[in-house]
Amino acid sequence: MKAKVHVTLKRGVLDPQGKAIAHALHTLGFDGVEDVRAGKVIELTLSSTDEAAARKEVEAMCGKLLANTVIEDYAIELVA
Amino acid sequence: MKAAIVVFPGSNRERDAVAALEAASGTKPHLVWHRDTELPKVDLIVVPGGFSYGDYLRSGAMAAHSPIMREVKARADQGVRVLGVCNGFQIITEAGLLPGALMRNGGLKFVCRVQHLRVENTDSPFTAKYAKGQIVRYPVAHGDGNYWADAETVRRLDGEGQVAFRYVADDSRADPRGNPNHSVSDIAGIFNAKRTVLGLMPHPEDAVEGLHGNTDGKPMFDGLVEALS
Repeated sequence: MKAKVHVTLKRGVLDPQGKAIAHALHTLGFDGVEDVRAGKVIELTLSSTDEAAARKEVEAMCGKLLANTVIEDYAIELVA
Repeated sequence: MKAAIVVFPGSNRERDAVAALEAASGTKPHLVWHRDTELPKVDLIVVPGGFSYGDYLRSGAMAAHSPIMREVKARADQGVRVLGVCNGFQIITEAGLLPGALMRNGGLKFVCRVQHLRVENTDSPFTAKYAKGQIVRYPVAHGDGNYWADAETVRRLDGEGQVAFRYVADDSRADPRGNPNHSVSDIAGIFNAKRTVLGLMPHPEDAVEGLHGNTDGKPMFDGLVEALS
């Protein structure tokens, strides 16, 4: 089973990278861009075949290492 | 005063810390490798600056979970003084010894300059040799020094005297606050609740000799030696 973890800065935490990307897009003429938030995607290949167990394990990984929950939110996507 | 300096792959300011500590205490500090699981009996643990684990994932995140950090946390719980400078501040914050988090500089640029700071609390062995409100100059050199904590945490840090240093402007700078990285409330360094742990982005160990340009960092090491010898 594969898991994709999306890590983004929490709402309310300034994202200077997202701001810089938005600024560059405006410079390129993409005037419709209202806001940009930049984050990262971490792909994990897991031995587990049980979705519930895998989700629980990845949740624990996010809490311990993959995300810093003081400033970041995470979302887990499991792909069989 | 006996001190240990924790060295990670990618640390690069450990020798600066050795020089500053040895000059102040007359005793050579122990260098402890990140894979070690035990620390010698010491009065002070320094987590130095650098780019541990290449700053992968988040600055300090990998180092915070290395074997030696379990021991550093255990010693900190016993009241052993811990000083985290720059990457060391990031590491001990990721390890949960201090509240908040350190993020990418607001201006997205690596900042390397001499920085003016105000000493906010002198009731600690780290800052006892300074005067409250004293302006000091330490070098800064970081890309991820933007300290962030939620408003309630910042209020608590202020209320409990846990803010150790704030960035201030030298009159020649355009930014009236002199804040190099957009840290919340201009925070440059904080204590834990017992003021036995200090983390800060600027480098006091690089302002201890005439050749450094100033010696404003020396009172920190002299104060530690006086308190811990």
